Amino acid sequence: MNIVVCVKYVPDAQAERTFNASDNTTDRENVDGLLSELDEYAVEEALKIVEAGEGEVTVLTVGPDQAADAIKKALQMGADKGVHVNDAAIHGSDAVATSLVLAEAIKKLGDVDLVITGMASTDGTMGVVPTMLAERLGLPAVTFASELTVDGGAGGTATIRRDGDASTQTITATLPALVSVTDQINEPRYPSFKGIMAAKKKPVETWALSDLGVDASQVGLDAAWTKVSSFDARPPRTQGEIVNDEGDGGSKLAAFLSERKFV
Amino acid sequence: MPATRLMPTDEATDLIELTREICRKDLAPKVDEAERARTFPEQAFRTLGRAGLLSLPYPEEFGGADQPYEVYLQVVEEIASVWMSVAVGVSVHSLTAYPVATFGTKEQQEALLPDMLSGEQLGAYCLSEPLAGSDIASMTTRATRTDAGWSLKGTKAWISHAGHADYYTTFARTSDDGGRGLSTFIVPGDAPGLTFAEPEKKMGLHCDPVSQVMFDAVPVDGARLIGREGDGMKLALSALDAGRLGIAAAATGLAQAALDAAADYANERQQFGRRIGDFQGLAFLLADMEAAVTSARATYLHAARLKDAGRGFSKEAAVAKLVATDAAMKVTTDAVQVLGGAGYTEDFPLERYMREAKVTQIFEGTNQIQRLVISRHLLAR
Ligand SMILES: Cc1cc2nc3c(=O)[nH]c(=O)nc-3n(C[C@H](O)[C@H](O)[C@H](O)COP(=O)(O)OP(=O)(O)OC[C@H]3O[C@@H](n4cnc5c(N)ncnc54)[C@H](O)[C@@H]3O)c2cc1C
Repeated sequence: MNIVVCVKYVPDAQAERTFNASDNTTDRENVDGLLSELDEYAVEEALKIVEAGEGEVTVLTVGPDQAADAIKKALQMGADKGVHVNDAAIHGSDAVATSLVLAEAIKKLGDVDLVITGMASTDGTMGVVPTMLAERLGLPAVTFASELTVDGGAGGTATIRRDGDASTQTITATLPALVSVTDQINEPRYPSFKGIMAAKKKPVETWALSDLGVDASQVGLDAAWTKVSSFDARPPRTQGEIVNDEGDGGSKLAAFLSERKFV
Repeated sequence: MPATRLMPTDEATDLIELTREICRKDLAPKVDEAERARTFPEQAFRTLGRAGLLSLPYPEEFGGADQPYEVYLQVVEEIASVWMSVAVGVSVHSLTAYPVATFGTKEQQEALLPDMLSGEQLGAYCLSEPLAGSDIASMTTRATRTDAGWSLKGTKAWISHAGHADYYTTFARTSDDGGRGLSTFIVPGDAPGLTFAEPEKKMGLHCDPVSQVMFDAVPVDGARLIGREGDGMKLALSALDAGRLGIAAAATGLAQAALDAAADYANERQQFGRRIGDFQGLAFLLADMEAAVTSARATYLHAARLKDAGRGFSKEAAVAKLVATDAAMKVTTDAVQVLGGAGYTEDFPLERYMREAKVTQIFEGTNQIQRLVISRHLLAR
């Protein structure tokens, strides 16, 4: 079973996240980054499948130099090898372009039975890359899995449980398939000292757009369908409103809540 | 603010990253409640053990990570900045393997270390007694020869992890020759005749349960005597040199946590129409706290680097223990001051930090004993 896990390097949500003043893209240079926590669930799920049977887990990321850290973390957790697509032309790419690059990289990897992704990135939180990617690869997409059972290699199936508000669905897709997983699916492991040491010896390939046959004009900020035209920092939280109860406290409270559509 | 660290290798940098991640995700959410309920943090030790963080300074061939003290201690410091009891536990546990790793025969290392360093086990260190604290050489717990090895009888006091440990690294008297009459044993936690008193009711460090350990004719296999008969005092003092560095690092982490909380508060709290940090009287207090934490860190790292280079470090370890623990006491006390009345309540962790700091001036050799060690080095020249 060959599994590819797509992971993203994102700015640490605990740090002060900002945008580049020049082109309004996410600042990845001056903010500490890490493997998107939602992708840790995807890595964990892949590792569990391989540990229960056999196979190999490849982590794939598209991102700048520092994105190598996201691959390293996944390798420390136990993945077998990494692929880093790194090209200056990719800077500013939107979900459409990202899915193109990921798809070409997966095609280049060849014999893939299962692609696993997180349900969204913790920075962009769009959650559309998995289905775009599946479309480009011509794979069935079973998304938002809170449980995943894989049966057999080629010709086998992937069955997921998707918990919705009104119902729980069980969906089966034939392999090869793409599965996106939620943060309910497992408890991602920590790396260990042994994992840290082992990761140093694991192979990581770096590919440019030219290795994938993707033209620079298809990606990057200029090709993006959407652009951020301006941004403002969220204003500091203001002090709460204090209402003096002059006998009408109840109705003022109700008015306050209904104004904000809480009641 | 996380401390700025220059780590010697990439893997050491990754180890610090891993430690911070475990602290943030696993330890920080539990510490307040656990310290209040005084529960033993078994799960925390398990998580750290599985990540390989309970055996860092020991050889990889026996399950350790071959990390220098410079790295191991900074991991302890990081843990202490989130959960002092657990950091002290890691330091004590690391100490319990020291005699075997340093003075054991190859056979003893092969037989004992893989379990001790597996990350699944926890050790306790049985040195102090009710009537023999600073004066170790006056201990009365006795080991007498039997056909199969030894039989231990006596009472140890103040033993961290008592009742929870898988093995007890124990010092006992094998002859009446004062400090030259002690020997070192590794006693299995389930040995017959081994019992534990009720935990002491302490001022703080509540998740580090400490109690008396009673040995009532506890049989110990002959192969579990570590080092030569009569070498116990030498082993104990050598282990304490290393153990002191663990406490120095833990005290530094605790002080860092107090400073961080105080600086955050001074940034927010308004009085007289501005933030209290804008009053120089308070800003300078914070500056002194930063200087104390930074010098504590530098002092223990200096001793650690000497140790890692195979040089003598006994005096420097005593200096580090003295400087770092006095810094922890001062910084945690001042941090309560920065928060004013809030610092004195259980709504903030500062009052707990202050209570936890006090014990660092007492265990692993009181700070009077550290001065004794330092001055002896100076005067013996
Ligand atoms: C929370 C906690 C955990 C502990 N964990 C362990 C453990 O896991 N294993 C273990 O073996 N022990 C442990 N200890 C014991 C600790 O190491 C001893 O408490 C310490 O060594 C001091 O001994 P004592 O309490 O008997 O004090 P004493 O030795 O009676 O000292 C009392 C006072 O006299 C001073 N004093 C003594 N001798 C001199 C001198 N020569 N010159 C000047 N002043 C002197 C001391 O500094 C101190 O102020 C722990 C203690 C505590 C509180």
